Amino acid sequence: MSTPYLKIDHVEKTFQRGAASTNVLKDINLVIDKGEYVSVIGHSGCGKSTLLNIVAGLTPVTEGAVLLEGKEVNAPGPERAVVFQNHSLLPWLSVYDNVALAVNKVFGRVKSKSERHDWIMHNLDLVQMGHAKDKRPAEISGGMKQRVGIARGLAMEPKILLLDEPFGALDALTRAHLQDSIMQIHAALGNTMIMITHDVDEAVLLSDRIVMMTNGPSARIGEVLDVRLERPRKRLDLVSDRTYIAAREAVLKFLYERHRFVEAA
Amino acid sequence: MGQAALKSASTGAEVIALPASGAEVVTLPHATGKPLHERLAPLAKSVLVNLVPPLITVALILLFWQIAASGPQSSLPPPTKIWAEAKDLITEPFFWAGSQDIGLGWRILVSLQRVAIGFGLAAIVGILLGALVGQSVWAMRGLDPVFQVLRTVPPLAWLPLSLAAFRDSQPSAIFVIFITAIWPVIINTAVGIRNIPQDYRNVAQVLRLNQVEFFFKVMVPSAAPYIFTGLRIGVGLSWLAIVAAEMLTGGVGIGFFIWDAWNSSRLSDIIVALVYIGVVGFVLDRVVAFVGTIVTRGTVVN
Repeated sequence: MSTPYLKIDHVEKTFQRGAASTNVLKDINLVIDKGEYVSVIGHSGCGKSTLLNIVAGLTPVTEGAVLLEGKEVNAPGPERAVVFQNHSLLPWLSVYDNVALAVNKVFGRVKSKSERHDWIMHNLDLVQMGHAKDKRPAEISGGMKQRVGIARGLAMEPKILLLDEPFGALDALTRAHLQDSIMQIHAALGNTMIMITHDVDEAVLLSDRIVMMTNGPSARIGEVLDVRLERPRKRLDLVSDRTYIAAREAVLKFLYERHRFVEAA
Repeated sequence: MGQAALKSASTGAEVIALPASGAEVVTLPHATGKPLHERLAPLAKSVLVNLVPPLITVALILLFWQIAASGPQSSLPPPTKIWAEAKDLITEPFFWAGSQDIGLGWRILVSLQRVAIGFGLAAIVGILLGALVGQSVWAMRGLDPVFQVLRTVPPLAWLPLSLAAFRDSQPSAIFVIFITAIWPVIINTAVGIRNIPQDYRNVAQVLRLNQVEFFFKVMVPSAAPYIFTGLRIGVGLSWLAIVAAEMLTGGVGIGFFIWDAWNSSRLSDIIVALVYIGVVGFVLDRVVAFVGTIVTRGTVVN
């Protein structure tokens, strides 16, 4: 058996604060193949962002390990680029310079200056932001900021792109636009992606597999659903698609029947 | 069919509109002349609004001063006497008549040079130390109490010690400036760095920026508003300290000029020098604030 692309192996996370300790994640096991789009869904506070941060290397594990191509992940790095929920662009840099910061750091030695410039512009064009390259983050809309965040992530040519509720802060129309963009990019580049979300439709629309998490504390992976929908997927065609409706129903049932978020009020 | 009719109707409308647009071209130079005139009016108004009240205040102060100091047993000179006695100092800041008989402009420049060196050093060392204290919990625990004690020491209390250490007035004065200006820079930089959002740190970690890259590309720009607050307080304090230090160390600076004038009872000269010091201090403050607004233009929380 060949080594899996990304393996989350018996990961456990306990946060310690003084004498009190909170067990957030318990015995998480997941194998992700190259080119796969996996969504992690669960109620808020279930530790899905913690899981993503562990894969990113931003949060250390308490037990277990994350293996990328057989090598253990224990520090953040550009081969696991993160698209943050609040875009996290540096406000004093222009759109171009934000992407350039990543590109110059990752490809500073292997690409020439003009190659890097072309690569920055290529990635900005990929998210349709080439026209705004000289704008500062404060001068563009929330959706555009997130596009730049995605361009920055893609520009690092990561082995795996981690998206932490990337469209959570956007309005519904902008969100739909960006979901379409992400689908196009995924189809064109075949990136491996893990996306944290709490939006059922988004998860079903975009993912090959949906990982559903039980409620915390001590959240586990409750169920993994294969979404057997042909790509490219068209939002409008899917509305009446049986597989789509069934997948949606399965996720909704998991979230609201078997693992209702009791504390939510 | 209906569409075709619509089209012809719209082209017809265009033909009719054509002479109207031609007429607009004729009126164009006339139209640009008028807004320019109108654009200047609010500008002039804002200048008036901002300039007239302080001018009135200054005129009133001079008037009261004149009345108050005109009495025969008055110990301070009135403005008219100052003008008569120190006219050369006011109108010619850059005259040069021998090594000690020079214009106040030259003296100010000498003082400014000392401030520039002392404050420049304080800015560099202060930002670096502030970064250390802001970044490392252990550095903060170790250094912060020491800083908090030292920063309350009045600037001039350092002077005897620095005279003993440097055995020369010039480096001693610079050291006093340095030690006066450095504390607000350190403390504000540390606060600014402690307030760098975790998001920026995460970005830096994902990109694997090293310490130097992180310092220049994330830390300094992110903490820039705080750093410039510290620099602005620092430059004000250095200007306060230089005058006092020069009074004691002697030499060419504006501080020594005041002391010298006092020793030879030239009160008018002292008052002129005070105005110079005030104006220069004000300009220094505004220059640092202006540089700050330019540098931190992008660093808005959004």
